[in-house]
Amino acid sequence: MSAFFAMGGYGAYIWTAFAVFFIVLLIDTLAPLARRRRNLRDIRARIARQENRRRPGTPASNESNA
Amino acid sequence: MANWVPLWLHRLGSPPTFYRFAGAVYPWALGLAIVLGGIALYGGLVLAPADYQQGDAYRIIFIHVPSAWMSLFIYAIMTVAAFIGLVWRIKLAETVAMESAPIGAAFTAITLATGSLWGKPMWGTWWTWDARLTSELVLLFIYLGIIGLYHSFEDRRQGARAAAFLVLVGAVNVPIVHFSVNWWNTLHQGSTIRLLGPSHIAASMVWPLLTMMAATKLYYIASLFSRVRADLIASEGGKAWVRELALGHAQDGKA
Repeated sequence: MSAFFAMGGYGAYIWTAFAVFFIVLLIDTLAPLARRRRNLRDIRARIARQENRRRPGTPASNESNA
Repeated sequence: MANWVPLWLHRLGSPPTFYRFAGAVYPWALGLAIVLGGIALYGGLVLAPADYQQGDAYRIIFIHVPSAWMSLFIYAIMTVAAFIGLVWRIKLAETVAMESAPIGAAFTAITLATGSLWGKPMWGTWWTWDARLTSELVLLFIYLGIIGLYHSFEDRRQGARAAAFLVLVGAVNVPIVHFSVNWWNTLHQGSTIRLLGPSHIAASMVWPLLTMMAATKLYYIASLFSRVRADLIASEGGKAWVRELALGHAQDGKA
């Protein structure tokens, strides 16, 4: 098993290369998922602000962008 | 040609339909990419023998070469999408072009980093200004330029159109990267896999390489669809289908 990880003395280069590959692709996978959730949250917040504006008498604190 | 084909394509070009389609394909593309990637790595790291010249160091090929192929393949797809977006002004084509750029940049960066990690033990240097390496670095800068230009506009579609022009201009670099090992004397080795004629590699090494190529292609589909979905939520934010989707999600979250 340790022979496998040693990779004939090139282990440090090989495992670093594979780590770069997986870390970059992991970030690339997670970033758009987080962005989609954030965008949906922004839209919900916008809808809530519009609802508040239609109803008079609601606190103005919700209308920061209005 | 049956006329349901263009109709189907036309429907797919509409954002709500594509959003659902992409959402249905995403888990399958990503899942299959992970399974194939796992098989390819087992084949490449465990089953394939060491190279007679490079020993075990050559095993970096199983991620370096598929990433390099993807850096060019994604640019080609991005060029076609940018062209369609500029000529026919199809919003989805612009989105596909712009959301391809970060994935292409990621694969180009992986190619450069893994190439450097392969170059140090084999050539004795991390980096050299030869044709293949320099043109791949230029490719990374072109990708970053496209991403930067797109985001520098207040209006998304205006940014997409400006960046799409840059995509078409930058396409000149793609054949330069590909043929650089033939056109110039370079430290980088020539093509290992050839479409025409026999490949310069043993069968036990070629199947993990081709499997990884399939895995990276599927990964690109998954990542692109995920990005396009995220983008459509923002760019179609005022439309009824996105509002329904957002409110539906809120209920799912509470349940």
